[in-house]
Amino acid sequence: MLATRWQPFSDVWSEMSRLGEEMNRMFDRYGFRDRLSGGAPSYPALDMWQDDDNLYIEAELPGMKLEDLEIYVSGDNQLGLKGCRTAAEDEKASWHRRERTYGEFARAISLPCPVDSDKVHATLKHGVLTITLPKIEETKPRRIEVKIE
Amino acid sequence: MSNMIKKETDGNLPQVERTESATTFTPRFDIVECGDEMTLYGDLPGVEPENLEVRFENEHLIVHGRVEPRHEGRQHVYGEYGVGDFYREFRINEAVDASKIEAELRDGVLTLHLPKAEALKPKRIRVKSD
Repeated sequence: MLATRWQPFSDVWSEMSRLGEEMNRMFDRYGFRDRLSGGAPSYPALDMWQDDDNLYIEAELPGMKLEDLEIYVSGDNQLGLKGCRTAAEDEKASWHRRERTYGEFARAISLPCPVDSDKVHATLKHGVLTITLPKIEETKPRRIEVKIE
Repeated sequence: MSNMIKKETDGNLPQVERTESATTFTPRFDIVECGDEMTLYGDLPGVEPENLEVRFENEHLIVHGRVEPRHEGRQHVYGEYGVGDFYREFRINEAVDASKIEAELRDGVLTLHLPKAEALKPKRIRVKSD
């Protein structure tokens, strides 16, 4: 049980403002996303990278295992990600702070180019999911030889 | 060169050392109290165990995780979150037995066990009656 303690007002105030600052910083991390989409943030946040051969989609999923996730490619340019993050519940425990998010999530994202859905693979390391999606031959950039006559 | 510093090593050529990355984020934490201990769970995705520092001093618990760049040489196409180091400081009001603090990092989640100092553990008081 969380005991209620009497605290001088100044302490409470500094704690409140510190919490406010922390919240602001927490939202800043994802803030630019809200400005882009104009809607509520989706979970998990995704990042996308590419090189000549692959697209790489990354999501931060701390505490999750690959078997808790469902990753699918539909068509040749739609990626879906589904999963559930469960909280360790203990009835005897009392919560002092709860900032981490739990529950089911599902996201779909359009890929900027077609990928070979048979060769998609995913790794989950230190809570970071990386999905590697090989581009199909036709969309890979090609180096054009310039002939000098 | 602005984010690089030169470190002189004795007799050898100067080594270039990368300084800490510019962006630092506040990791999300759950704090739970159960019986004789306080347990903290923090999300630190991308932090490898050797890049994590946890300190407890003057009632302050400091968690600092360094995140290595993961996509060097690749082109960033689309982004919904920033990648940077994680830093968080907590003031622990409860008397904690600092020598018995245990930390484990698994799948990007830091679990910290803070056992309460003996004096704070609830004690059952015997009631005598004649």
